Amino acid sequence: MSRKSLRIENLHVSVEGKSILRGVNLTINQGETHALMGPNGSGKSTLSYALMGHPNYEITDGTAFLGDINLLEIEPDERAKAGLFLAFQYPTSIPGVTMANFLRHAVTNVRMPDRKEGEDLISMRDFRKELKQKMDELGMDSEFARRYLNEGFSGGEKKRAEVLQLAMLQPAFAILDETDSGLDIDAVRVVSEGVNRVAKAQGTGVLVITHYQRILNYIQPQFVHILYGGKIVENGGPELVTTLEREGYDWIRAKYPNEAQVEDELESTVLTS
Amino acid sequence: MSTDLNAQVAGIKDDYKYGFHESEAHYNYKSGKGLNRRTVEEISEMKSEPNWMREFRLKALDIFFQKTLPQWGGNLNDLDFQDIHYFVRATDRQGKSWDDVPAEIKRTFDKLGIPEAERKFLAGVGAQYESEVVYHSLREDLAAKGVIFTDMDTALREHTDLVKEYFATIIPVNDNKFAALNSAVWSGGSFVYIPAGVKVDIPLQAYFRINAENMGQFERTLIIVEEGAQVHYVEGCTAPVYTSESLHSAVVEIIVKKGGRCRYTTIQNWANNIYNLVTKRAVAHEDALMEWVDGNLGSRLTMKYPAVYMVGKGARAEILSIAFAGKGQHQDAGGKVVHAAPYTTSRIISKSISKNGGRSSYRGLLKVADGAYGSKSNVVCDALILDPQSRSDTYPYIEVDEDDVKIGHEASVSKIGEEQLFYLRSRGLSETEASTLIVNGFIEPLVKELPMEYAVEMNKLIELQMEGSVG
Ligand SMILES: Nc1ncnc2c1ncn2[C@@H]1O[C@H](COP(=O)(O)OP(=O)(O)OP(=O)(O)O)[C@@H](O)[C@H]1O
Ligand SMILES: [Mg+2]
Repeated sequence: MSRKSLRIENLHVSVEGKSILRGVNLTINQGETHALMGPNGSGKSTLSYALMGHPNYEITDGTAFLGDINLLEIEPDERAKAGLFLAFQYPTSIPGVTMANFLRHAVTNVRMPDRKEGEDLISMRDFRKELKQKMDELGMDSEFARRYLNEGFSGGEKKRAEVLQLAMLQPAFAILDETDSGLDIDAVRVVSEGVNRVAKAQGTGVLVITHYQRILNYIQPQFVHILYGGKIVENGGPELVTTLEREGYDWIRAKYPNEAQVEDELESTVLTS
Repeated sequence: MSTDLNAQVAGIKDDYKYGFHESEAHYNYKSGKGLNRRTVEEISEMKSEPNWMREFRLKALDIFFQKTLPQWGGNLNDLDFQDIHYFVRATDRQGKSWDDVPAEIKRTFDKLGIPEAERKFLAGVGAQYESEVVYHSLREDLAAKGVIFTDMDTALREHTDLVKEYFATIIPVNDNKFAALNSAVWSGGSFVYIPAGVKVDIPLQAYFRINAENMGQFERTLIIVEEGAQVHYVEGCTAPVYTSESLHSAVVEIIVKKGGRCRYTTIQNWANNIYNLVTKRAVAHEDALMEWVDGNLGSRLTMKYPAVYMVGKGARAEILSIAFAGKGQHQDAGGKVVHAAPYTTSRIISKSISKNGGRSSYRGLLKVADGAYGSKSNVVCDALILDPQSRSDTYPYIEVDEDDVKIGHEASVSKIGEEQLFYLRSRGLSETEASTLIVNGFIEPLVKELPMEYAVEMNKLIELQMEGSVG
């Protein structure tokens, strides 16, 4: 299988008429691990949602391709079938729908993209077996399969459940939006190992969005990017993470005064909203 | 309100999913349309009924003519009582052919996995189902315990005294216009008698699912649960019930005596041209438990409010109701509980879904009589609206004449969450698949109360209803 890339060029995104991303450029090849950092409200989740196709996030300019597929022209479910996965920062709960039932639908669709609606789902037996194994690997009680999707899950349980979905769907590209937040110290390791297992087996290209170094000690990025004022202002290696841990974002602010102004606007709306 | 509804109703003929375009020829197989003394006498004669039943029917007919149509609930203006056949001979049923059944219906049978022989019956083209034998052997087992379980016409012949003792005691002829109509022209339905202390541990369902007489338009069901006895009765089936007539008006009466338990489960999926106007009522005596589980899909208008009158100390009532209103449909459903004795408890849970301009209304009555101290009642109704064209209303009526009671009432209306849809779609589910899953999740708390195979069919039905709903 040839290596694909996820290419984002000059991406502009608005939410409710408000311009958030103002020309994002980023290329991720399969097999690579990237980290994306940036202050609260800088637009990291906006980038994730826009790539996944959330209807409220309007693309005003730019392109995003997964291999030769134009992501911006297709529906969210087609993007999933094309091999894109997003581990949500705030996963939604769905009452009455069990984790197992939901995942069986998801896995069927993603693995058999040409299946017609209403045709059989993947075999219950094989699915159960695989699910059980993946849950064991992530240290999840098998009782979770029968629980309603994210309903009443603790913060950490939700994040684990996101990574379980990642492990079941085995995507070509995975975006982890603050998967580390809400996880305890041991859980960060267990979950990271889970991500690495999938990435190794599938050659998944990974984009880790985070505020902290810890998760990056386990999922080690070759490339680190800083999103600031709606643009990626710095590209570097792991040393960027160390710098940010030590110094925060003040030097970025000083170095990019135009973006700082945009960032101030964005952050002020975070506070008031 | 009525103009709005008229507009919806007018659209039905264009999109008439389970409709049956009956060719002229088929009318020859039936007795004439219309309702008068002669129709009623003819029905009674055909059945060779005792005189008291014939008199009962004729009296009911008079009351029917005297009563006016209810002015609340749904729009009944287009209902023409003279344009309906009130009795169809079994031989007439056989006159239709499988080829007349629309492809849409056949496809639904396919999807639901209904066995071949049963399909013909459900589509009204076969009068008898082959597996009478199964029915008999099961019935013998129950008969050994003194259980009576038969169709109402047979019961009237073979258990005349029992029928005479209880018939129309819970829902008197003059209760409402449709109960009067049913009393005048009833045919078929079930008769169930469970002797004291007998616990029937399997749901009484398989048998009657395949009994031709049970499927009438005006069926009459009577269930008597003696002291300390238990039964779970499952009525109808989830395949589209399919008739060329436009009115279904049943009466179900249940008596649960001291310490007895009865659960009555219905899932009905009517063709889009049907007025489904049903009166269901149970009386629960001391420490008895009555549960109604009621699922309503399809029909043009359904008006159905299963009721429990708690007349003995410590009696309990539980009503679970699910309604799905699609295009051109109005589901006016809910429940009634009357606390007429101390320490009685009731719970009503209603879930409704409206889609494609469909309308669902919850209509409930909670009445606590003076002296019913220590009683508790809890009502929860949740509505899910799938698009801006659809509608949901709540009409809770509460009359409390006793101070020492605990009453809770919660109502919620929600839309399918955009975030929920996006979450599921980001995992590869199409919009239809995602909303189907969310809708099935919404009714899950009630569906899990259904017998297994009915739960599965219910989920599949929702799937069918949701298909093509988007866009
Ligand atoms: N649905 C929305 N409606 C209104 N404003 C929004 C919406 N989504 C995002 N925004 C705004 O867009 C900006 C970027 O938000 P985003 O969630 O992308 O930030 P982030 O970088 O992920 O922040 P954090 O690190 O806190 O998760 C913020 O100002 C936010 O308030
Ligand atoms: Mg974020």
